[in-house]
Amino acid sequence: MKEACGRESLVAIRDLTFFRESRMIFDGVSLDIPVGKITAIMGPSGTGKTTLLRLIGGQLRPDGGSVSVDGQIVHALRSHQLYSLRKRIGMLFQSGALLTDLDVFENVAFPLREHTRLPESLIRSLVLMKLQAVGLRGARHLMPSELSGGMARRVALARAIALDPMMIMYDEPFAGQDPISLGVLVQLIRNLNEALGLTSIIVSHDVHETASIADYIYVISQGKVVGHGTPDAIIRSDSEWVQQFFKGLPDGPVHFHYPAREYAEDLYAS
Amino acid sequence: MTNRERDAQDEPFVIGRLRHLGRLTLNVFGKLGRGAFFLFWTLLGSREVLTRPGLLIVQLHSVGVLSVLLIAISGLFVGMVLALQGYTVLSDYGAEQTLGYMVAASLVRELGPVVSALLFAGRAGSALAAEIGLMKATEQLSGMEMMAVDPIKRIIAPRFFAGFLSMPLLAALFSTVGIIGGYLIGVDMLGVDEGAFWSRMQAGIDFDEDIVNGVIKSVVFGFVVTWIALFEGYDAVATAEGVSRATTRTVVHSAFAILALDFVLTALMFGDF
Repeated sequence: MKEACGRESLVAIRDLTFFRESRMIFDGVSLDIPVGKITAIMGPSGTGKTTLLRLIGGQLRPDGGSVSVDGQIVHALRSHQLYSLRKRIGMLFQSGALLTDLDVFENVAFPLREHTRLPESLIRSLVLMKLQAVGLRGARHLMPSELSGGMARRVALARAIALDPMMIMYDEPFAGQDPISLGVLVQLIRNLNEALGLTSIIVSHDVHETASIADYIYVISQGKVVGHGTPDAIIRSDSEWVQQFFKGLPDGPVHFHYPAREYAEDLYAS
Repeated sequence: MTNRERDAQDEPFVIGRLRHLGRLTLNVFGKLGRGAFFLFWTLLGSREVLTRPGLLIVQLHSVGVLSVLLIAISGLFVGMVLALQGYTVLSDYGAEQTLGYMVAASLVRELGPVVSALLFAGRAGSALAAEIGLMKATEQLSGMEMMAVDPIKRIIAPRFFAGFLSMPLLAALFSTVGIIGGYLIGVDMLGVDEGAFWSRMQAGIDFDEDIVNGVIKSVVFGFVVTWIALFEGYDAVATAEGVSRATTRTVVHSAFAILALDFVLTALMFGDF
């Protein structure tokens, strides 16, 4: 599958429609995730960015259109095929989604223990290497409840790369982080993508951090792709909506006020 | 205002009630269906439990072993109360020598399986529902799926079998400790003849009629309580309120199921029809 500019794409989404009960989440979304790049999917809260990741990971089925990963149509796969595809995809959840009854070491070892029959000494080396990559080798004996939010995300990142995946999906990796953790995560995502030759998808609404590391950005609003391009092109976009989003303006195409009748009329109504 | 709300305002009262009833019925059947599928996938996941006994042992400890103290203490008190109450009635007829039989039959047939199942639902069932519900709320189940690990096989199935296996053992423990409690009160305190206490019990209790039926009951209760608890947790709305509702429903539905099934099973086992 080739994208318009000729790069090979790892994930191709075509005319995707998806409903949650009767509410339309996606209305004909098409996008490509190029191999080896960091692609960001941005948009305001509640636009279904996380839903998009779940559709790519095969946890949800589209109501129309197709989602293909590495040439396979995700929603047409049988469950064992889907599971073998997922072994090649890492996902970083917003909360980290660490298993709370296991310590840091065991959390990172979890996918290795579940999917491989490696000897204990090798598992230990692999886990320590992954933890070293995220700077938390010394925290291996801590329980998830003893970690800060940023550390939990780094452990989850170490776990996501445990099986050396071809792609990592990040769900709001920067949300609610202090400036130092933020810097650490931005750098980690960039470095891991280069060092491990990954393909990354970042779903986020943190404009500056995302724009600083993404190679390509898709902006989604109200179920449609409203803009896409390189970070520079997007920031210079003449779309009013994109400008409002990237500059964080309180009023614009997305109104400050929730739809209501006239203010004066409402006040005088008894 | 959504279309549905606008429609709802215009429609007559009866239609509104009917619509509500319809939605309720659909919800109930939807949930029953999901519950049945959930059980089916859990039973299919049993192979994982057999090949990795370590997973089961950990759960046997948290579901079964940690309930032992509660079950034993409750059993002791129930047995002691049975002896006190039984003695006052039986002694009126000069039949206090059958106290041992009366205590043992009540425990083995009814109170052992039923009370221990009710306690089990409150202790282990609620804990299971809350644990699974919180794992869902904190995306741990979702995270496992994305790591290509089936949470039904890895998380649910071992817990299911642990509950299912623990329940009959806990019920047996309850009855045993209850009989000891009955002995302490009946023989040591109230002065019933020790030989009569044990020999009447031995002569009266029938292995097939009493013990096997009691074990069948506790197996059924263990199956149903663990199923309800795990399903409620798995089906919980992924919020704090959703998890709390799931926990409450686990205890309430389990209690109803235990008492209703107890009647049905008793009627089938001991009813003359």
